Amino acid sequence: MLTALWIVPLVAGFLALKLGRRFLLLSAGVHALLTTAALATRPAASGWIQLDALGGLFLALSSLLFLAASFHAQGYLRREVQGARPDLLEGDLFSNAPEGLFCACLLWFLASMSLVCLSHQMTLLWIAVEATTLASAPLIYFHRHHRSLEATWKYLLICSVGLGLALLGNLFLVVAGSELDSPLQLEMLRQGAAAFDPVWLKLSFVLLVVGYGTKMGLAPLHTWLPDTHSEAPSLVSALLSGSLLNCAFLAILRGFQVVSAAGLSLQAQQMLLFFGLASLLVSAVFIAITRDFKRMLAYSSVEHMGILTLGLGLGPAGWFAMLLHAVSHSLVKGGMFMLAGNVMEGFHTRRIGEVHGMLRRMPLTGILWMAGFLALTGSPPFSPFVSEFLLFQAALTHDHPWLAASLVAALAAIFLGMSRSVLGMAQGAGSPREAEPLDALAAPALLLGLSLLLGLALPGPLGAFLHEAAATL
Amino acid sequence: MIDLVLVLLIVTNIELLGSSRLNACIGLCARQGFLLGGVALSVARLEPGLIAVALTALIIKGATIPWLLRRAMRESRVAREVEPLIGYTFSLAFGFLALAVSLALAGRIPLPTPAPSPLLVPVAFATLATGLFLVVARHKALTQALGYLVFENGIFAFGLAALPEAPLAIEMGVLLDALVAVLVMGITIFHINRTFDSISTERLTALRD
Repeated sequence: MLTALWIVPLVAGFLALKLGRRFLLLSAGVHALLTTAALATRPAASGWIQLDALGGLFLALSSLLFLAASFHAQGYLRREVQGARPDLLEGDLFSNAPEGLFCACLLWFLASMSLVCLSHQMTLLWIAVEATTLASAPLIYFHRHHRSLEATWKYLLICSVGLGLALLGNLFLVVAGSELDSPLQLEMLRQGAAAFDPVWLKLSFVLLVVGYGTKMGLAPLHTWLPDTHSEAPSLVSALLSGSLLNCAFLAILRGFQVVSAAGLSLQAQQMLLFFGLASLLVSAVFIAITRDFKRMLAYSSVEHMGILTLGLGLGPAGWFAMLLHAVSHSLVKGGMFMLAGNVMEGFHTRRIGEVHGMLRRMPLTGILWMAGFLALTGSPPFSPFVSEFLLFQAALTHDHPWLAASLVAALAAIFLGMSRSVLGMAQGAGSPREAEPLDALAAPALLLGLSLLLGLALPGPLGAFLHEAAATL
Repeated sequence: MIDLVLVLLIVTNIELLGSSRLNACIGLCARQGFLLGGVALSVARLEPGLIAVALTALIIKGATIPWLLRRAMRESRVAREVEPLIGYTFSLAFGFLALAVSLALAGRIPLPTPAPSPLLVPVAFATLATGLFLVVARHKALTQALGYLVFENGIFAFGLAALPEAPLAIEMGVLLDALVAVLVMGITIFHINRTFDSISTERLTALRD
């Protein structure tokens, strides 16, 4: 049953090469059903492939977001112009990669992400994360022009080197626990962690955070992220930001589980706090100065990954809020990237300064865009407000109260920086109202609506599930 | 015997840093793959599974990947110069410095179970550093991919020191992974060449804030 969760999309990918986008949606639906069934029954398993609350949370998020993205892809691929056409920013001619290949890579991407969520073995986890890189590289190069190619190359090279460091971290972990018979199986590692060689274990965790942190987009290792997320098709950006970054974070969480079982969590937390604050600082600066709205959303992902890392660094008090924030961010950022794609289709530009009067010209998109902006910046009543508020409380009780102060200062700066851009895009005189394709609004509306519901009232079972997941750290 | 191979690996690293011809660099990479396969064989101690891993490594790292890179080079008909961002003299100096630091570092943090040769861990670290340096200090996409390979070779060498009894499936997975990564990079290099008529990453500078 658990194996089906990654085998099914893997096989479906090969079929999608011929069958195209309808089949993509069908497979996404099947995967969502399988995920629901797996989470409802929680099949007992041991060994390399298991489903625990932590992995299950990220699996459910990926599956949900993938279903939304597949639905969004139907209208997107139908509206995409076939053949060569001029590029929005520079006017050079370019064409798309074949649709079958695009759908196949999406499904392989889903298969690798599912495997990340199910892996309870550090090397299998590593192979799965590396597979996400390889499966998503062709997705970024869907629009075949020189900018997307540049983004793809940077993505491949920087993430591969980063993951190489994570692999070295795995090897260090083997050295640290050289007495174990079955090295790198997560439960075995956690049982034996207390007897590990602390020097090698600490070095291993540093390499794991740096390696997977590169993939997660933590500053100062985030340099590939804005390029990739801005050049990829919007629904791919939604998946990269909403699901893939979470998967990389899950890999760091797995490393943290081992370190905390060894009783070294305090030292690990200090490093995490550093990366979290650095990401908040860098994103606050770049959100304010960037002139491209997709890059702005990408930097906002750096910000939220920083918040997650900070949450992990705050210790047990912040872990529930951190997981809730991961859920909130995936929902909102997935929706926002899809909306950004709609705005690009409507205004034929990515520059913030060239978009005016969205509320008049595309009122439904404009309203959702404003709602998404409020959600992203942690305003009530959306769910990021709840999680950020809980994290702020956790930071207040931490040994260093200045953490809470810097968190609030960064969030305020980001709110100001984003509001200037977003309000300029939404307001102002615009050309008369245009027809908006409703199927392009359905998926973002659903995702933002879910975030709103979670912000108004957190359902009991979900809260219990998050608590269970936080308790495994 | 194993020490002789390790010394040859060190020489290969230094040559890679000082070599100005792309073809020669690919050849050096292939030689490094062969040498690593040799180290793996001598560590394998006649266990059939480990010998299989060693032979796979030898074939993938010593033959398949260099062949893929040669093909990418031919297809893209690139100029045969390496085009360093940082000059050869400084690159060589870096190579020797990395070796010295690796020797010191490996002495400082000993492995719990001693490696097959005391030189293995320092050589692994020096190879890692050489690979990272090549990724950063060379312009051409092909040379950067080459640097990534050298970096992976370093990790493989450390793996030989650290986990001589690792499960086969894992080693095989990691090896195949490197192969697929290079394949995808090769395809990307081909596209880069077709789009820009050059594989120098100097042209990849449109994306910035």
